[in-house]
Amino acid sequence: MTLWREIREGTRIAADAIRANSLRSILATLGIVIGILTVTLMGTAIGGLNNAFVRSISSLGADVLHVSKFDWFIDSHAEWLKAMNRQEITLAQVQALEQQMTLARAIAPYTEFGAPIRYGKRSSDRVWVIGTTEKFLQTGGVNLAQGRFLSAGEVSGARPVCVLGSQVASNLFLREPPLGNKVQLGGYPFEVIGVIEPQGNFLGQFSLDNQVFIPVKQMYACFNSRPYFSIQVRARSLEQLEETKAELRGLLRKIRRVTPTQEDDFAINQQQNFLNTFNRVAGTIAAVGLFITGLSLFVGGIGIMNIMFVSVAERTREIGVRKAIGARRRTILLQFLIEAAGICFVGGLIGVGLAYFATLAMQRVLPANLSVPAAGIALAVALCTGLFSGFLPAWRAARMNPVDALRNE
Amino acid sequence: MSLIRLEGISRRYQMGSETIHALREVSLSIERGEFVAIMGPSGSGKSTLMNILGCLDTPTAGRYELNGMDVSQMDDNELADVRNREIGFVFQTFNLLPRARALHNVELPLIYAGLDSEVRRRVALEALARVGLADRVEHKPNELSGGQRQRVAIARALVTSPSMILADEPTGNLDSKTGAEIMDLFEALSRQGNTMLVVTHEEDVARHAQRILRIRDGQIAADERRAGRPSTLDEPGAVARGENENASTLRPPPSALV
Repeated sequence: MTLWREIREGTRIAADAIRANSLRSILATLGIVIGILTVTLMGTAIGGLNNAFVRSISSLGADVLHVSKFDWFIDSHAEWLKAMNRQEITLAQVQALEQQMTLARAIAPYTEFGAPIRYGKRSSDRVWVIGTTEKFLQTGGVNLAQGRFLSAGEVSGARPVCVLGSQVASNLFLREPPLGNKVQLGGYPFEVIGVIEPQGNFLGQFSLDNQVFIPVKQMYACFNSRPYFSIQVRARSLEQLEETKAELRGLLRKIRRVTPTQEDDFAINQQQNFLNTFNRVAGTIAAVGLFITGLSLFVGGIGIMNIMFVSVAERTREIGVRKAIGARRRTILLQFLIEAAGICFVGGLIGVGLAYFATLAMQRVLPANLSVPAAGIALAVALCTGLFSGFLPAWRAARMNPVDALRNE
Repeated sequence: MSLIRLEGISRRYQMGSETIHALREVSLSIERGEFVAIMGPSGSGKSTLMNILGCLDTPTAGRYELNGMDVSQMDDNELADVRNREIGFVFQTFNLLPRARALHNVELPLIYAGLDSEVRRRVALEALARVGLADRVEHKPNELSGGQRQRVAIARALVTSPSMILADEPTGNLDSKTGAEIMDLFEALSRQGNTMLVVTHEEDVARHAQRILRIRDGQIAADERRAGRPSTLDEPGAVARGENENASTLRPPPSALV
C-alpha cells in the first residue's frame, strides 16, 4: 500500500474515531487551543513591542551618526563623571568638520532650549527650540507637511524664521494657516515658514511634534549664548556607515586636539546602539515568555498523549482485527498518528483563529499583527505537538501482537 | 505440493519461571481444497496451532511452509502481507468494525492490499452477494443479526480470494439454527474449491468437515478422514474412511471424543 493511500485511509479512520468520541476529542483539543492561543499571542505581543520600538527610534535614522559628549548608554557613575568632564562641542568644531569630511552626505549641528511660544491669545508654556542648519532636513528624518525647511541663506543670515512641529502648529493655529504668520518664541518674533509632519513620540518619553526649528545663530542671539551642541552626520549609504564613522572619529580627534595616547573625548552614537540594547532585553523577554506559554502547550500535548493511550487501549481488538487481515505496523502507526495530529491541527486552527481576534484587540495598545507566516508556524507547532504526543501511543498500537490484541475483551 | 506443511512445529511460552509447551513437535500437511476441523479441549493447544497456521504467531521451533513459502522465519510486516494475501479469518465474535458499513468492512483487506476504490467496491459487492447479503451492503453491524454479521465476516475473509479460510469457533456466538446455516455456507464454499480450516469443540460443527484433527496436550492425537463427501483433491492412497489413524498420531484418540 502506498504511503499516500495509507495517509488517506488513516485520515478517514481518524475522522471516524474523532467523530465517535466527539466530546472527548473536544476536551482534549481545548488544551491545544489554549496552548496555541497563548503561544501565538505571546509571539504577536513581542512582535508588537518590537514594531513599537523600531517605529519609535526610526527618527534616529539608521545611517545617521550622532556625536555628543555623552554616550547614549552609560553603565556606571564613573563613566558618567568622565563624560561630564569632557569639553563641550562647539559650532566651530562642527564647521571644521563640515569642511574636512569627505564621506558624509550631510552634517548638521543640533542644540536645544526650552522656551514658551505664543500666537495671538494662544500659547504654550514650553516647546523645544532646536537650533540647527538647513542640513537637518537630511539628517533629522523629518518630512514637511506644509511650506519648507530652513534655507541655507536663512541659516547663514540668521533670519528670524521657524519651522513648527505638527503639535505646536495645531495648538497655535486653529483656523488660520500657520505659514507666513509671526509667532512669539521666548518673546522674539519668528515667521513660520513650514510645518513638520507628525512624528509621534520617542520611546513614549517626549513628543517629537512639540519642537520648533530655528537657524542656529538665532539660538545665540535669543536664547543661549553658550549652547551645547551635538552633531548629526549622515553617511552616503548604510553600507558606508562604518567607514564614515572611522573618518568622523579621526577628524574629531584632530579637531578637538586629542593626543594619540588619550581616549576619545566624545561619543559617536547610532541607532544600532539602541537596537542592540533593546534586542538583548527583548530577546530575554521573548525567550522567557515563549517558554512559559510553551508550558501550556506542553500540558496540552500531554493531554493528547493521554487521550491517545485511552483510544489505543479501547481499540485494542480493532487493532488486532486490522493486523489479522493484513495491516502492517506502519499502517497502524499512521492511523493513530493522524488521529493525534488531526486533533491538534484542529486545535491549532481554533487557537490561531482566537489569537487573530485577540490580536485585533491588542492593536489598541501595540502595533501588533498576526502575520501569515506566524500563523503558519503556530499551525506547524500544533501539528508537531500532535505527532510528538501521538507517537508513543501509536507506537504501542503498531507493535501490538495480533494474538494478544484479538484476545483482548 | 501441499498448501500447508508443518514440520516439527513447537511453541513454548514463558509464564514466570514456568515454561509452557503449547505445541510439541507437530507435523502436518493440508492439501488445497480440504475442509479440516481442528478439535480439542481448552488448553489442548488448538488455539496456538490456529494462531500459527494463521500466521498470527510464529513457532519457537520447526518449519511452516504455506503455499511454498517458509513463513516460520518471516518478520511482522511480511506476516501481515501473507495474512492479507493467503488467509481469510472468521472469528467467533465476528470482529467487524462497529462503525463501518458492511461494504467497508469487506473492503478493508483490499484497502491493505492496495487496490483502487472502484476495484475494491466491485470485488467486495461480489463477495457480499456470495454470502447472500447483496441487499445489506449499506448496513452497519448493529443493524444486522448475528448470522448476518458472521456472513459479513465470511465475505471479508473471502474477498481477497485467499488460499485458505481459517475460522475460529465460527458458530460459537450463534443459535443452533443460524450456526447450521453458517456451516452450510462453509460446505458450499468448500465445494467451490476453497480450503477451509475450522477450529471448534462442537462435534456437530466438525461433522461438516472431511477431516478432523484432534489436538491434545500440544500434539495431534488423531487425524480422522471422514466418509461421505470425498474430496477429489485428497492424495491418492491417503484417502481414509472412518477413524483411520494417521501415521503421525502418537496416541489413540480419547474414546469419549470418537
